Amino acid sequence: MTAMTDTALQAAPATKARGYWATVGRRIVRDKVSMACAFILLLIFLAAIFAPYLHLADPYQGSMIRRLRFIGTPNYPLGTDELGRDMLARLIYGGRLSLLIGILPVILAFFIGTGLGVVAGYVGGKLNTAIMRTVDVFYAFPSVLLAIAISGALGAGIVNSIVSLTIVFVPQITRVAESVTTGVRNMDYVEAARASGANAFTIMRVHMLGNVLGSIFVYATGLISVSMILAAGLSFLGLGTKPPEPEWGLMLNTLRTAIYVNPWVAALPGAMIFAVSICFNLLSDGMRSAMDIRN
Amino acid sequence: MFVYIARRVVYVIPIVLSVALVCFLLVHITPGDPLVAILPADASQELAQQLRVAYGFDRPLPVQFGLWLWRALHGDLGSSIATGRPVLAEVMKAVGNTVTLAIAAAAIGFTLGLFFGLIAGYFRDTWVDKVATSIAIAGVSVPHYWLGMVLVIIFSVQLNWLPAVGAGPGGSGSWAWDWEHIKYLVLPAITTSVIPMGIVTRTVRALTGDILSQDFVEALRAKGLQETKVFRHVIKNAAPTALAVMGLQLGYMLGGSILIETVFSWPGSGLLLNSAIFQRDLPLLQGTILVLALFFVFLNLLVDIAQASIDPRIKRS
Repeated sequence: MTAMTDTALQAAPATKARGYWATVGRRIVRDKVSMACAFILLLIFLAAIFAPYLHLADPYQGSMIRRLRFIGTPNYPLGTDELGRDMLARLIYGGRLSLLIGILPVILAFFIGTGLGVVAGYVGGKLNTAIMRTVDVFYAFPSVLLAIAISGALGAGIVNSIVSLTIVFVPQITRVAESVTTGVRNMDYVEAARASGANAFTIMRVHMLGNVLGSIFVYATGLISVSMILAAGLSFLGLGTKPPEPEWGLMLNTLRTAIYVNPWVAALPGAMIFAVSICFNLLSDGMRSAMDIRN
Repeated sequence: MFVYIARRVVYVIPIVLSVALVCFLLVHITPGDPLVAILPADASQELAQQLRVAYGFDRPLPVQFGLWLWRALHGDLGSSIATGRPVLAEVMKAVGNTVTLAIAAAAIGFTLGLFFGLIAGYFRDTWVDKVATSIAIAGVSVPHYWLGMVLVIIFSVQLNWLPAVGAGPGGSGSWAWDWEHIKYLVLPAITTSVIPMGIVTRTVRALTGDILSQDFVEALRAKGLQETKVFRHVIKNAAPTALAVMGLQLGYMLGGSILIETVFSWPGSGLLLNSAIFQRDLPLLQGTILVLALFFVFLNLLVDIAQASIDPRIKRS
């Protein structure tokens, strides 16, 4: 904290002092790995969103006479799946559902968990105990087990798997939000705001949220990688998407029987999950070190 | 020390009760009638009612929970709807296989993780660090069920070195530590080990870096201590946290084995959970989750106690 203030003071006379977020932004733009990951993710997202305009084959249209073609077959650059559907089209269209069920739970959990954690951390007392002890109960389950238990009980389906993954991530984000908030609450400027007569809601909104959201956001982006793997994993088990929807986890499952015939086509959907997951992990690491201005 | 252990054990009781409550409620968030799996489609209303009474589903929820908990405390988790055998016996048999897998995976993952983490932290910002960190990131980012498939493609389909599925010759008989059995364990164990390997590497790397930047290391070096002995101090200081992380990872391997066991048809608790889900065998589902979660809770308790016994700072706080 002191180091940060010192640098800010020294920098002040020369140029107009840059804000914290502007500095973080500059640092992350300079980080080659983060930028490469952001670029790859952007490509995958854009391809998934604009899939209908890319002149791809119909991802649902199969053909019994051209099943399991190899990678590099003319007209089928990435081969065909076990029902003769174009793999390239299915991988790109598959991004739509895979990214949705992988990322939406983290976004939902980010809002719910931040709300619960900030309230618990700021209000403290009995409310804190009630919220945090409930969170502890969910920590008694390994996250994969919890996701599968809830999904298994609710039954297969996209909505159910989003709900179960959200339930898995809310406690984790709540715990981080609570500990960050408790730290910020004892800062002098919060004390000053309270002394000047600001009410609890104003203090939370104006003075605290801005100072806790950054850390929680970085933590949440780190969870996206886990969430992508788990979401595709639920579909892989048959608990998420249903055929014939293109979705990477489900495609991996239906192609499992093809590993003796055309192994590398069967492995493609997993490579997509891996790519997205590793990019989010590296991007999250990059953001974390960019926000750690002291280094 | 005794007071610390006693306090930790007392703290576990409400957690165990809440875990039991969550497992109990799982069956009741299930859409539809819990009897749907055993009732024939054309069952009469009377038959349905009779079964509902027999299974106790007609009583109020708190009473059902109390009865279920009371029986569970006596080791009775009901019987599987699909096979009719007692749930506890089925689960314990499967858990044995999962423990075998988890121990083998832990041996691989923890050894590699500690090694990569220590050298990455010690040679920070060199090429050694970059290689180790990249391996760790890949380990935590890879969808392990896909890695399992890729390993099967390479080592079973293409090279034909190792079997693709099962836990022993001639189906899933009893386990033995000979090569005939171990060759079935190799691929699932490697697959399971990548996540703990990555997480242990990242944790130990960060710990080593933090410790090396502390003043006491400077002092040790200033007094002329050999670098290998300095390194021993680093290990001693990193041990409690590293131990806690490894304990947690062992718990995750035991509880989160369903995907890998499905890929390799490994007859453990994960495969049991899988069949319980898809046969809608609710007592089995409930029992498996309860046993696995309790394993996890007690493992965490053991780790806390072990951590406190090697790190005196924890007891005082």
